[in-house]
Amino acid sequence: MFNSIKSRFVAAGLASVIGAASAHAADITGAGATFIYPILSKWSDSYNNATGNRINYQSIGSGGGIAQVKAGTVVFGSSDKPLDPKELDDAGLAQFPSVIGGVVPVVNIEGIDAGKVRFTGPLLADIFQGKVTRWNDPAIAQINPDARLPDGAITVVHRSDGSGTTFNFVNYLSKVSPEWKSKVGEGTAVSWPVGVGGKGNEGVAAYVKQIKGSIGYVELAYALQNRMTYAAVQNAAGQFVQPSLTSFQAAAAGADWKNAKDFFLVITNAPGENAWPIAATNFILVYKQPKDGAGTKAALDFFKWAYENGGKQAEELDYVPLPKGLVEQVEAYWQAQIKL
Amino acid sequence: MAANSSVITPAITAAIVDADRRSARDARADRAFRWIVTAAGIFVLLALACAALSMLRGGREAFSTFGLGFLFSTEWDAVNHHFGALVPIYGTLVTALIAMIIAVPVSLGIALFLTEVAPDWMRGPVGAAIELLAGIPSIIYGMWGLFVFVPLMGEYVSPWLDAHVGALPLVGPLFTGPPLGIGMLTAGIVLAIMVIPFISSVMREVFLTVPTRLKESAYALGSTTTEVVWDIVLPYTRSAVIGGIFLGLGRALGETMAVTFVLGNAHQLTASLLMPGNSIAATIANEFTEADSDIYRSSLIALGFLLFVVTFIVLAAAKLMLRRLSRQEGAK
Repeated sequence: MFNSIKSRFVAAGLASVIGAASAHAADITGAGATFIYPILSKWSDSYNNATGNRINYQSIGSGGGIAQVKAGTVVFGSSDKPLDPKELDDAGLAQFPSVIGGVVPVVNIEGIDAGKVRFTGPLLADIFQGKVTRWNDPAIAQINPDARLPDGAITVVHRSDGSGTTFNFVNYLSKVSPEWKSKVGEGTAVSWPVGVGGKGNEGVAAYVKQIKGSIGYVELAYALQNRMTYAAVQNAAGQFVQPSLTSFQAAAAGADWKNAKDFFLVITNAPGENAWPIAATNFILVYKQPKDGAGTKAALDFFKWAYENGGKQAEELDYVPLPKGLVEQVEAYWQAQIKL
Repeated sequence: MAANSSVITPAITAAIVDADRRSARDARADRAFRWIVTAAGIFVLLALACAALSMLRGGREAFSTFGLGFLFSTEWDAVNHHFGALVPIYGTLVTALIAMIIAVPVSLGIALFLTEVAPDWMRGPVGAAIELLAGIPSIIYGMWGLFVFVPLMGEYVSPWLDAHVGALPLVGPLFTGPPLGIGMLTAGIVLAIMVIPFISSVMREVFLTVPTRLKESAYALGSTTTEVVWDIVLPYTRSAVIGGIFLGLGRALGETMAVTFVLGNAHQLTASLLMPGNSIAATIANEFTEADSDIYRSSLIALGFLLFVVTFIVLAAAKLMLRRLSRQEGAK
């Protein structure tokens, strides 16, 4: 069921085993979000082949990544939730995006195919708050005139563990529903009004597949690779868009990066006709004035290499590479902010 | 001895000296042995005390912020930093209780079957199979529970319970709810399957220690197998059997992965066993990696401490009950 995911990890595991056996080239240590682990492993492998340098990345979660980089035990940390400029300043950290992903609502409704059911943001918020409880609710029927939705109860499935996926999803719900914002709020873990919690993307995916009438949210890669019934969502421009690499890319390109100090921007509800409303960014944290200058330089070299050469690999794993303009902005930011 | 020393041949003197030396050496060795085993015993106590104290220390922020309310609050809100342990404690106790209700009679049956009833050629293979079951890692039980057992529960068992038992008075509310398949009942059943090998293999071992002549005497007096089991085997082995049950109970209370997969991990207090809940161990496993504020982390560690306390109370209560039982026995 999770073959492709598994093979990614197996490949990564092999890479690290083989890596450990060979000589000590420059090791670039990092820790943080699990979200980028598969693509980082892939990049790391190719980068090792190209340059001999290796990335040693521990996917311990965003919270752990932030803590580790602040403690100075790793060269870079990675987080699905951006730190605000003040927190960055206090810690002396710089922040930049690494890769784009996103969150997709998935459903299990008898007779409904992928992409055939549509939601608006406020409707999603109502469902995840337990205010809309049946699939034939007029609020759902109204925006799904063509879909024949059954008279069944809705079971909400959410993440049971703290997660960047949750953060981006509830950040979106907070942006589109004032009631969600005041009653539930946003964070990597929230107090869910209703529903059951699955551990990890795979846990949510498994629950949604097994519980009839359920709705959950997973990363795009999980939705695509497990052939789940994903849904279209109305974006800020009023268009119903399907989740795809193209719509994610549109969200990344349309987001207002230019005015985001330290790239402090969550790109949910991004403007643009084709933009996917729940796109997400992974962020990398490094010290502005690192003690280990060589290590930080090696890390930046790696990300520079990944921006230039890693796009195809990212797309193969259902990640979206950063748009060109954003890469230029990141590199200018390095020049200006990081003293090596 | 000094007076006789002149008549004792040097050989004998040497033998005595040697024997003295040996007994001194034996005494030394015995002392060392005592020290080593005492150290091992103290080590366990120390490890336990250190674990409990460090968790209490880690959880002190939660305890001081929420006070006693931490024990009775059902809230678990990481955004607003309100944490309460009632839902996980309740889930832990309920799932362990369900597990024991199922596992104890079944394990007893397995062990008695293997020691008293089964033909010889079956005892080896079935015994080995049970020990094999005990060795399966809990993540496998979790996966199996999620992918095999949960659909069965959701498709057949839950709807049936909801329709037939849910309407009954008293027990009805325990068995109403949507057919999710996951929930406290499912978790309890998976836990039962996990602890059965532990309990039954302990029971089997202790049943084998019952002296044959006791059993044969009973049989000779005309007892049936049932009577031998109830009047000879069980009374003879009772405390060891209870020990086996404790072992299983301890595992059921602290089990993490398997429960996480099938319990539903929802911080909601519901009477229905068909609804999702949460357990202490599952909450910690789920949320510790991304616990991003001090009070959040502290609350999770405090939960760990509470698991200690809950386990201690449950085991102590069971011990007390046992003591009262044996006193009644003595009075009879």
